[in-house]
Amino acid sequence: MHTAIAIKGAVKRYKAVTAVDGLDLEVPNGICLGLLGPNGAGKSTTMRLLTGQTHADEGTIEVLGFRVPAESKQARALMGVVPQLDNLDAELTVRENLKVFARLYRVPASGRRDAVDRALRRAQLTERAAEKTENLSGGMRRRLLIARGLVHQPRLVLLDEPTVGLDPQVRQELWALIDQLRSEGVTTLMSTHYIEEAERLADDVAVMSDGRVVARGSPATLIGAHAGRTATEYYGPPPQLAKIERHAQAAGMPTRRTGPSVSVLRAEEMPPSLADVLGEGVHRATNLEDVFVTLTGEEVA
Amino acid sequence: MSLADASRSARRLRWMEMSALAGVLTHDVALFRRHWPSTTFSAVVEPTIYLLAFGFGFGSLVGAVAGYDYIDFLGTGVVATAVLFTSAFAGMFQTFIRRIYQRTYDAMLAAPVDPHELVTGEALWIAAKSGVYGCAPLLVAVGFGLDPAVGMLLVPLISFVTGFGFGLFGIWMSAISPSIDSFNYIISAVITPLFLVAGTFFPIDNLPAFAQYASQLNPLYHCVELVRHAVFGLRSADLWHLAALLIFALLMWLLAVSRMRARLIS
Repeated sequence: MHTAIAIKGAVKRYKAVTAVDGLDLEVPNGICLGLLGPNGAGKSTTMRLLTGQTHADEGTIEVLGFRVPAESKQARALMGVVPQLDNLDAELTVRENLKVFARLYRVPASGRRDAVDRALRRAQLTERAAEKTENLSGGMRRRLLIARGLVHQPRLVLLDEPTVGLDPQVRQELWALIDQLRSEGVTTLMSTHYIEEAERLADDVAVMSDGRVVARGSPATLIGAHAGRTATEYYGPPPQLAKIERHAQAAGMPTRRTGPSVSVLRAEEMPPSLADVLGEGVHRATNLEDVFVTLTGEEVA
Repeated sequence: MSLADASRSARRLRWMEMSALAGVLTHDVALFRRHWPSTTFSAVVEPTIYLLAFGFGFGSLVGAVAGYDYIDFLGTGVVATAVLFTSAFAGMFQTFIRRIYQRTYDAMLAAPVDPHELVTGEALWIAAKSGVYGCAPLLVAVGFGLDPAVGMLLVPLISFVTGFGFGLFGIWMSAISPSIDSFNYIISAVITPLFLVAGTFFPIDNLPAFAQYASQLNPLYHCVELVRHAVFGLRSADLWHLAALLIFALLMWLLAVSRMRARLIS
């Protein structure tokens, strides 16, 4: 079995809203796939479809060879889930939180203590094991949340926006933790709306927009395919920027707004005649953000 | 454990997994270790107050009720009240808080736990607490002069079965209530009448005929009768009381599981 996750044609409607709309997604074993998309693209719904906590209206889902939702309990036994919203029990100690899930995840009695100790070490919370969870900082709680999802050494980990709302230093710590998973060969599906996170951690990125995957590939491939090698940024007053956009688009060149400037993507293919009209610009390498904005039409916060 | 072994053992997951129940119970026990003093305090003090207030206040007016000394009648009846309060309120409030505010159940259902296992585990714990705390009024009543009897050993079991049913009733209510405030309707309109018209404080024989029939539908009445008879002598009609409690528990299990599943799985 080479595929950890196989979603085909999944559709999920909530009354008037279609959260997932014909989603196809395959995740091979052993990689970290970044599910990149703006808020509301359907990333969290996708995660819930994979654990059987949401049932698709159409399509088929297989996780670790088990059909979901019919055999989802079996699949859940082999995967770990790190939710976006903190659902640790704040009244319990750090150790107790892990102990409860070691039982739920069917870690045999003989190995349960080791499993909890290992998870504590992974979260760097060994010294805080006896502390009530409500006394931990936001970053520590997030580390515990990740460690809880790994207590049974799962083959597949779902990380839903693992660093949302955390300050940059804490984010770096968590990235180190996630990176470690990757080096251990654990298959990871990580949803995020942080470009840098996807760029740093994901072997492969699937860009999600309006409930489906609109592009898929390694960051480098995606950048090459959707934004070219280089971009040229033009600065100036708004009317001038609007003019630059018109000219570039008339010549078939993709553009995007980048704060106070307009970036013309695929600058390496720019015809000299257009370059003359647009004037002097600043050259830079293209990045995943260019791809994201081009494909989803959403500006990055 | 190799991957193949892991897959095989995963395939053996049963409809009702011991590990799922054990995990839910581990969570409950860990929390109980924090809260047992307050829980125990109210479980002992509440029936004591009932026994004092009704036993001395009301008991001085009535000598014997339905052939029992009033304190004996009351002491055995209040067991059901203790069980009801221990179970229905835990089922309602705890379950609601864990589902909505703490999202504990969302976390558990991402693990290999299904809603019916979650509900069963929570109800078993509530039932176990009811089994223990249901004995508190009896012990207090013994202090007030109730004669100890061998049949009292059945009281934890009766309390367990009743608490299982009412715990599930509370879980069901938590799943159909839009907010924690709407529990007020359930407490006033359902729970209060149930515990008043169960033969706890006064025998139902004196009630109008329709109320007597209605109390046959009140599971708490069956609990009161069973406890009283366990202490003062069982009779064949008690099989019906036990059956009624079991039917109630089964019905509540079906309703609680179905509503909780609808709330937790979208």
